[in-house]
Amino acid sequence: MAKIDFHNYDTRGFYDEMFDGDANIRSHYSFFSEKIKKMGWKKLKFLQYSTDRAQLSLGMTFNVYGGDQGIERILPLDIIPRIISVKDWDFIERGLKQRIMALNMFIDDIYHDQKVIKDKIVPGELIQSSSTYRPQCRGLNPAQNIWCHISGTDIIRGNDGQFYVLEDNLRCPSGVSYMLENREILKRTFPEIFEKLHVRPVYDYSHHLRDMMESLSHASPSTIAVLTPGIYNSAYFEHAYLAQQMGAELVEGRDLVVKDDFVYMLTTRGLRRVDVIYRRVDDDFIDPLVFREDSVLGVPGLFDVYKKGNVVLVNAPGTGVADDKAVYAYIPRIIKYYLDEEMILPNVHTYICSEEKDLKYVLENMKDLVVKQTDASGGYGMLIGPKSTKAEIEEFKKKIQNNPRNYIAQPVINLSRVPTLIEGAIEGRHVDLRPYILFGKEINIIPGALTRVALKKGSLVVNSSQGGGSKDTWVLAE
Amino acid sequence: MLSRVADSMYWMNRYLERAENYARFLDVNFNLSLELPPKIAQQWMPLVITTGDKLLYESLNDKADKNKVIYFLSFEEKNANSILSSVTKARENARAIRPEITKEVWEQINYIYYLVKDGKSSSQWKKKDPRNFFNEVKKGCQLLNGIFDSTISRTDGWHFGKIGQLIERADKTSRVLDVKYHMLLPATESVGSPFDLIQWAALLKSVSAYDMYRKKYGKLNSSSICEFLVLDKVFPRSMLRCLAHAEQSLHKITGGGEGYSNSAEKQIGILKSQLEYEDIDGIFKFGLHEYLDEFQLKLNEVSGAVFDTFFSIEKTY
Repeated sequence: MAKIDFHNYDTRGFYDEMFDGDANIRSHYSFFSEKIKKMGWKKLKFLQYSTDRAQLSLGMTFNVYGGDQGIERILPLDIIPRIISVKDWDFIERGLKQRIMALNMFIDDIYHDQKVIKDKIVPGELIQSSSTYRPQCRGLNPAQNIWCHISGTDIIRGNDGQFYVLEDNLRCPSGVSYMLENREILKRTFPEIFEKLHVRPVYDYSHHLRDMMESLSHASPSTIAVLTPGIYNSAYFEHAYLAQQMGAELVEGRDLVVKDDFVYMLTTRGLRRVDVIYRRVDDDFIDPLVFREDSVLGVPGLFDVYKKGNVVLVNAPGTGVADDKAVYAYIPRIIKYYLDEEMILPNVHTYICSEEKDLKYVLENMKDLVVKQTDASGGYGMLIGPKSTKAEIEEFKKKIQNNPRNYIAQPVINLSRVPTLIEGAIEGRHVDLRPYILFGKEINIIPGALTRVALKKGSLVVNSSQGGGSKDTWVLAE
Repeated sequence: MLSRVADSMYWMNRYLERAENYARFLDVNFNLSLELPPKIAQQWMPLVITTGDKLLYESLNDKADKNKVIYFLSFEEKNANSILSSVTKARENARAIRPEITKEVWEQINYIYYLVKDGKSSSQWKKKDPRNFFNEVKKGCQLLNGIFDSTISRTDGWHFGKIGQLIERADKTSRVLDVKYHMLLPATESVGSPFDLIQWAALLKSVSAYDMYRKKYGKLNSSSICEFLVLDKVFPRSMLRCLAHAEQSLHKITGGGEGYSNSAEKQIGILKSQLEYEDIDGIFKFGLHEYLDEFQLKLNEVSGAVFDTFFSIEKTY
């Protein structure tokens, strides 16, 4: 039986999560590596095979946009975990708490007094021109002044070993179901490792989620629902999964009606009131009377009921203004402004194309930069300079010049790597990290995350729609 | 419970029951084709006729041979009632109500779906003996029924599921019985001849009724078989028993006991009572085929009434 060793594992050029610069195993990976070396190839490959089967039988599938309807894929789960040391996690946790606190204050300010604009911290045009700014939300007072109840921040680690926030996702980010199911699967894959290594559990996420939602409602007991666009949505698995885990109703827009200033579900026994809605439908589509009138996914009149405080929406509409990629550049200043603190988790340096000096720099240095559309997500609408052809760069330049406000650029950060099982060998692949943050009575960060991995050799794009996979993320307790 | 969820629960179970029934009668007809007297052609068209999809079949095929019919009833995606279409729709419904069913139920439905999909990609209809495949589908569905009953609380959802399953089952029993009407007897063989009896026995097997029938009647004869499948009070796949159970589930949902409180209860009550006060001679006098035909129409009306009463609530609030 062939033994597993890492003699041929290449750590050159990038920060590796498992090995240090001298190719020695980092201490938080040592127990895992001892165990896996004893296992042998045959066992390891078999474990990977059973994991793939388990994902299929669990129906952990998502639909891919742009393809034929009904094309189902699984997000491949690589069984080698991404392990995070106590020290690193402590840092991430402090950084995220600070960040979410400040972003929530920022959103509240933007939809009320706009002090941050008056004090010239953030330019007013930037907000006015943000495609995710919702003027309809001016003056809204969400329960307990919380806007972004659920967020999932994308964090990366660069060659310098430093963590950076890459993106704030404040509009009901997806992926948490994979964090939870990946753990369930890996517990079956490596029971003897879990028995000894103290990995912090994540299973209570859905309890926290439910508690958080209940804490926002006056009704007792309150009826909680997850609003989904339906089974053809790419994240439908997750919507159903979370509803099931929380014991909540899974509803579509057509299941809900507004009557006498309340929201009701259509049930076999008539109408039943709904108190809290975790909506996985974008702002634009939640209420055709207020936002896009062609939406069939939402509920006419919902926003009005929400304004009257008769239903809670999670997250509040309008939070997207704070995860606009151009606003991102101002977050160090935003944190300083509201909390009078220096930012703990740093940003990646960002060039704002609407600012003349930055625009000039970007246009001259495209081949060294990552350029992103400010209102796009999911790996769509971006250009990675070093990996693009001349023609692609020229085409993108035109787009930027036509609408500079819509673009930002950042230096290319070489994401750190984690050993990954690739066709019977172990090779380093680039990863990011998306922890999930719940904001209710307090800010609660689940000790775990979705680690997305770019399975294609050399690729830095980890999005599931672009050939990415995932890893279970182990936050160690000691 | 959400009306949409109730609707999906109902259809998820109907489609699974349909898939199971198709698998069962394909299996039996295949068996039957092995025991034909010399020079007798195999009969596959009656299966297509009973499913009600003859026109579609003829638009896709020029003749009705074994492989073609098995393909059409098992894997043809253009056939909305094929096993593959049924399990696909059952799974879609299950997906839409994922939080209402247990993990075990979902995983089993998912298993059946992949079983049938794999059956298509491995060209089961061309196999010399596809019975193993049909058996797996049948067993998969039976296992699912067991999981459904042993893991789901007896709330409205479970009862809507039962109603869907039982209405489908009653419909399929009536259709299987009707197969005999379309089966040709060779000129040399007459009613009551050995070959006639083989066909009747096959028919019993198609609805898993052979053993229970034998226990009750012993001898095979057409009138007793019809009596058993239409009017038996205790056999779980007889048309009467299915309706009686479905009616009970309806009463559980509405909280009613006797009589009716809505059109669904009314229609199912009337149809069940008609069977209760029927005898087999009367049915034969009316004409078995005609009787079954009318039954199927009325059953559709019951299904429509269930929809109007519980699933299309938008109109009433």
